[in-house]
Amino acid sequence: MPAEAARKIRVSCVVNGTAVTCEAYPMARLLDVLREELKLTGTKEGCGEGECGACAIEMDGALVNSCLVPALQAEGAKIRTIEGVACGGALHAVQQAFITHGGAQCGICTPGMILAAVNLLARYPQPNDAQIRDGLSGNLCRCTGYMKIFESVVAAVRDAETRA
Amino acid sequence: MRAYLPAYEMETPRDLTAALLRMAREPGVWRAFAGGTDLMVLLEAGKLPHRKFLNIWNLGELRGIAVTAEHLTMGALTTYAEVQRHEILAREFPLLCRAAAETGSVATQNRGTLGGNIANASPAADSPPALIVYGAEIEIASTGGARWVPYASFHTGYKIMNLQAGELIRAIRLARWRGASWKQYFRKVGARRAQAISKICFAGAGRVAAGRIAEVRIALGSVAPTVLRAERVEELLRGQRPDDAAMLLAAQDALGAEIAPIDDMRSTGRYRRNVARNLLAEFLEVLAS
Repeated sequence: MPAEAARKIRVSCVVNGTAVTCEAYPMARLLDVLREELKLTGTKEGCGEGECGACAIEMDGALVNSCLVPALQAEGAKIRTIEGVACGGALHAVQQAFITHGGAQCGICTPGMILAAVNLLARYPQPNDAQIRDGLSGNLCRCTGYMKIFESVVAAVRDAETRA
Repeated sequence: MRAYLPAYEMETPRDLTAALLRMAREPGVWRAFAGGTDLMVLLEAGKLPHRKFLNIWNLGELRGIAVTAEHLTMGALTTYAEVQRHEILAREFPLLCRAAAETGSVATQNRGTLGGNIANASPAADSPPALIVYGAEIEIASTGGARWVPYASFHTGYKIMNLQAGELIRAIRLARWRGASWKQYFRKVGARRAQAISKICFAGAGRVAAGRIAEVRIALGSVAPTVLRAERVEELLRGQRPDDAAMLLAAQDALGAEIAPIDDMRSTGRYRRNVARNLLAEFLEVLAS
């Protein structure tokens, strides 16, 4: 067993609007801090190497894979996970569209897919099809064949336009 | 096997000076850690050899894109997302923006940095071919001061680079591109359009005057121990007609002699050789068009 060099550090950040402080090794994955320390298990682990997007969250407004963020770098960050996407009891338009249009199947990729879609809409409120495909291209799904996910996001955009 | 986390230290220096001092006091011990898109993958696989890291992600001295009449200078922590959003980069250095757009996913592009891409020293990296075509220079900082080096001579062998213990890449500088008449070409070939690491990557730029190639620059990734500038091919092409079929064959043969692709998990040497020839042909079609 190698010598223990690092001690746990205190990391303070804002998660889904709530200020939190927790203890973690500096290079612990933010994914594990969220799931195991903060018990926010909505964020999933897929590949653990930045390829699949299942662990995607927003950090200071930017979509990131939480498996590739060391805990130390979360200090002071504003973080949004899937638990912070719905507003009170009201689902986000993207979440509702995934339900209505069958965008979720086994569910492992779904939180990351929804974060990717919500983040896309923040950057491009009315994305075209190519932008939607590009916005979802970092998220892998092994159930749906992708079309229902793509169609869910298209529907969320269309519904938002109808309401506007 | 996953890494044993208590074995890994990471500290956040107050500023660049503090980071360089830390690196100078214990040469080779402290390594810079930027967006983590390469290092965290190694950590998770239990293959991260270094144990002590300096979190440089928030150092303002390494951030931002500065533009003067002569140069465009990108801090080492410039992300792929920032590269794509920058108007002057999009207008004058489209190959770099294309490379940034085709590196990883949105989430990777928000965290991956140009300096990290260079320091990771992968011959399969996507931004270096574009940087070589544009004649990029990189600024290396240490407690002894700063030095500028041509990027093309920075990598000297597989994962070997002209960076001493205690030195940090601070910025990447491009001379403003005055050649609106240059035609530019970028193509990355991977297993899929998004996310994949390249099997081969080709960046080229050239200027055709009176039907002949007046100037040309070509660089390729994933075909040699380092990202490679195809200087012999460039030499052969200068003064030639871009649509000359015999010349194309000669240039393809010259390219084949210049590259040394290997078989690995992503592709084979034979496939890479064939595709390199085809991409050269496609580039010349662009020059001829």
